[in-house]
Order: sequence, then C-alpha cells, then structure tokens
Amino acid sequence: MLTTRRLGKRYGEKRVLRGIDLALPQGGFLVVTGPNGSGKTTLLRICAGLAQPTAGTIERGAARAQVGYLGHEPLVYRELTALENLDLYGRLYRVAERRERIGMLLERFGLWEARHERVASYSRGMTQRLALCRVLLHEPELLVLDEPYSALDEAGAELLDAQLAELRGERTFLLATHDPARVETLASGALALAT
Amino acid sequence: MSYVRDVGALARKDLLLELRARDTLPAMLLFVAAVFVVFHFTLPGEPSRLETIGLLWVAILFTALLGLGRAFVPEREQRTMDGLVLAPCDRSAIWLAKSLATLAFLLAAEVVALPLYALFFHRVGVATVAAVLLADLGICGVGTFLGAMAVATRARDLLLPLLFLPLAMPIVVGAVGASVVSSPGRYLGFLALYDLLFAVICWASFEYVVAE
Repeated sequence: MLTTRRLGKRYGEKRVLRGIDLALPQGGFLVVTGPNGSGKTTLLRICAGLAQPTAGTIERGAARAQVGYLGHEPLVYRELTALENLDLYGRLYRVAERRERIGMLLERFGLWEARHERVASYSRGMTQRLALCRVLLHEPELLVLDEPYSALDEAGAELLDAQLAELRGERTFLLATHDPARVETLASGALALAT
Repeated sequence: MSYVRDVGALARKDLLLELRARDTLPAMLLFVAAVFVVFHFTLPGEPSRLETIGLLWVAILFTALLGLGRAFVPEREQRTMDGLVLAPCDRSAIWLAKSLATLAFLLAAEVVALPLYALFFHRVGVATVAAVLLADLGICGVGTFLGAMAVATRARDLLLPLLFLPLAMPIVVGAVGASVVSSPGRYLGFLALYDLLFAVICWASFEYVVAE
C-alpha cells in the first residue's frame, strides 16, 4: 500500500528526514514514534501527498480520494457548523449516501447534539472528534493519522480506540504518536525516528 | 458535471463563511461608498466625465483589491487549504469557486458604487456597465490566482498589490476606453480576450500554486 525508498526531505539547509525506507502492506498498522522535531509530521505529510520529498521515492497504492489525513490542524472551518463542514467534504469526496454517513459518524463521536453549532464554539476535544469524522467520512483505504489522540478526553480516546480496532485489518494505518503503548495491540510494525 | 458540483460546493462554502463572519463585504461596501463621498467633496467645480470615469475605475480596482486580499484568509487562518488540496476534486475548482465568490462580493459593491457615481458625477451608460462586468471577470480571476500565491508568503499584504496592479493595467485601459469612446466594441472585445486568456492560464496553472 505504501513504500518509500531512501526518502529524504530538506527545508533549505535544514535536513528533516534522511534515508527513510518503509514498506506498509495493505491492512498494515505502522506506528511512527520519535521526539519533537524528528520529522514525524513531515513524513506523514509526504505519505498523505501533501508534501514532496526532496530525495528518494514514494509509491502510494491509494489514489488521493482513498487517503484520509488527520494532521495537527482539524482542517475544518470554524464559522461553519459540523454538518456544513462534513457536507462540504462529503460532496468533494463524492460520498454515497452522504447524509446517512455524516449522521452515523456524528452520533458515533458524540457530536450529534452539537451538529448545528459553529465549530468556533467547540472545545478542542470536540473539534478533534469532528476532525476524525472528516477523516473517516469517505472510508479511506489509507489512514494517515498524526497524533490522533491529542486533545481527546478519555471518552473520546476510547471511542477512537474502538474505531481503530474495528477498522484494523480492513484499512491501512500510518499513525504517529508520543504514546505508542496506547496502540501497541493494534500495531503491526513500528518506525522510530531520531533527531 | 462533477467539476461544476465541486465548484458549487466550494463557492457555497465561501458565501456561507462571508455570511457568518462578515469580514469582506461590509469593508468593501464602506470603502467604495467612502471613496465616492471623498471624491465628491475634494474634486473642484464640475469635473468632466473623462476625469470622473478614471476615479470610478480607481474605486473599483481598490475595492476589488480589498476583497481579494481577504479571499484566502479563512484557509490561511484555519489552515484548511490542506483539506481542500487533499480532496479528489480538480484543484482549479478551488480557484474558480473562490473567484466566483469574490465576483459576487465585487458585484454587490458595484451595486452601491455605480448609483453613487451617477448621483455625484455623471450618468452611467450601458457601455460602462458592460465594461464593469467584463472587467470584474478579469479582476476576480487574476486577483484570486495571485491571492493564492501571495497568501503563502509572509509579505502577502504587500505582494498581492505588487503582483496584481501591473496585471490589472490592461483591464483599466480597456474599461476606461470602453466607458469614454462612442464605439466601445473594440475595447469590450479586448476585455473579453483578456478574460479568456487569463482564465485559461489561471485554470491550467492553479494546481502548481497550491501544491508544494
């Protein structure tokens, strides 16, 4: 599903990634760890197709429509409601039975009651839940998740645990975290980056 | 057909954002009204039609610049461009939708500007209205394209006018020409050609503006 060879990334003189080789098969679950500044986010952005490597190659077995990316930002509009945000992405990703799928996700992540409220009024945890709804909306084959547990309370984290466990094996995961113990039962491999 | 639906969804989003935040349109309306009031009281005697038509285009151009400068503010402040770029739609749909939303704001400002011009200075002819409509297409298409380039830089507030104003000069020449001559066809044709040429350029190259 995802293969990189001697992958590298530089921003001007600063080298962020060097010589990353990874092979993530379909249905795999790769956990990426490393201290701040080790290049986890850069690697995930490259794997999601948001950035280009400056060295090496990457082969992605999923088209752009089949990638779900959760970054440090929720990628939702604060002045729109949860429903409006998901409806926009549902249209752009041509999600079949869009309304039903949006309703199901909002209920699962505990946002149904707040669906008509603007995201600006959400707490960080609620916004992260909405971001997870956005990522899962189009049922992507490859899920690239950068610190998905950040800002979630224990209930939210358990919801995410359950969602990951449900999709484990069906989808391919590339997940960066500072808390690898949380997903160690799900992981099929690990990649530790160093500064 | 799906391209049209993508553009519609994105433009609807931009209009909804403006409806909620009211960041752009009130500023454009106030600015253009203020400009005409100031012109009215600062111009000596009875200014000629030739002089005031120039002022009309100065007002339209800078009002448009105000809107263009804010076009990508939600994407910059909320960093949502990644979400749009990742979506499987043609990336030029982002440009076209943003251009259409900016065009809607500019047209709304001109609904105020043209009657004010007529009230303070001279009657607005059919040729001027046609020139305004054609010029708006070029202003919004090119300006949105350059706005997307400028928004990625730290000097965006400086860069956008620096890039946009030289490229808008042919629009001003064509629009002023169409507004003052007795046979405006040649100037209107020139504006239409400009719109077509730059629409193709922006449509074809927007992908490279938003991709890293």
